[in-house]
Amino acid sequence: MVNRAVTGAHYGLRDWLAQRITAVIMAVYTVILLVVLLVGQPINYGVWQDLFKQGWMRVATLLFAASLAWHAWVGVRDIIMDYIKPTGLRLSLEALVLLTIAGYLAWAIQILWR
Amino acid sequence: MSNVATKKKRPVYLNLVQIRLPLPGFVSILHRASGALLFVSAVWLLFMLDRSLSSEAGFESVRHYVGFPVVKLALLGLIWAYCHHFCAGIRYLFLDLDKGVDLPTARMSAWAVLAASLALTAFLGAKLW
Repeated sequence: MVNRAVTGAHYGLRDWLAQRITAVIMAVYTVILLVVLLVGQPINYGVWQDLFKQGWMRVATLLFAASLAWHAWVGVRDIIMDYIKPTGLRLSLEALVLLTIAGYLAWAIQILWR
Repeated sequence: MSNVATKKKRPVYLNLVQIRLPLPGFVSILHRASGALLFVSAVWLLFMLDRSLSSEAGFESVRHYVGFPVVKLALLGLIWAYCHHFCAGIRYLFLDLDKGVDLPTARMSAWAVLAASLALTAFLGAKLW
């Protein structure tokens, strides 16, 4: 019998692939950010603020945040599916994680475009 | 036909306390643990990013706050988690592409991930302070 719970993995390739593509996006961003921070002037408030004021940096950081949101959703859901068996508890935790991720993302946007 | 009674009992439950995890397995569980840690800690990092970009005073308060030894240690732990997740993740991308899947190579790359993430943590820690 195929036991397809609503909290299951949906047996798809999409999330698996998305997790890897978002990982590459975040890795590229991480390297760029590290180079910018290590090569540039010592960080003070002016340098720090100017960096996040630039259009490319805002867009790149938003792309990073969106990638992180999707990546973390797949990863944390995997952990929940591995360790939490009761459907009700699992669904509640998954909803909580989704809300948390949505909150993180909204906050990140607010920080970037204040 | 095989006798049901002589069949091994399935599923097999492993005793995680007694089991000796092979090195790639160790890297794997650290990848999971570091990912979970980073997810939970994101709220703290966002808070610091928010404060540091809010105003000059906010920036200085974060700088002062990060100077506390306990905060420093926690941040160093997160830097390690990020570096480990990063290095192990790149290893998995190669494994997904069927590169380095034989046991000796996989063991070596697992060592490399552990060493590289610790070295990166030390480097970034030294750069930050």
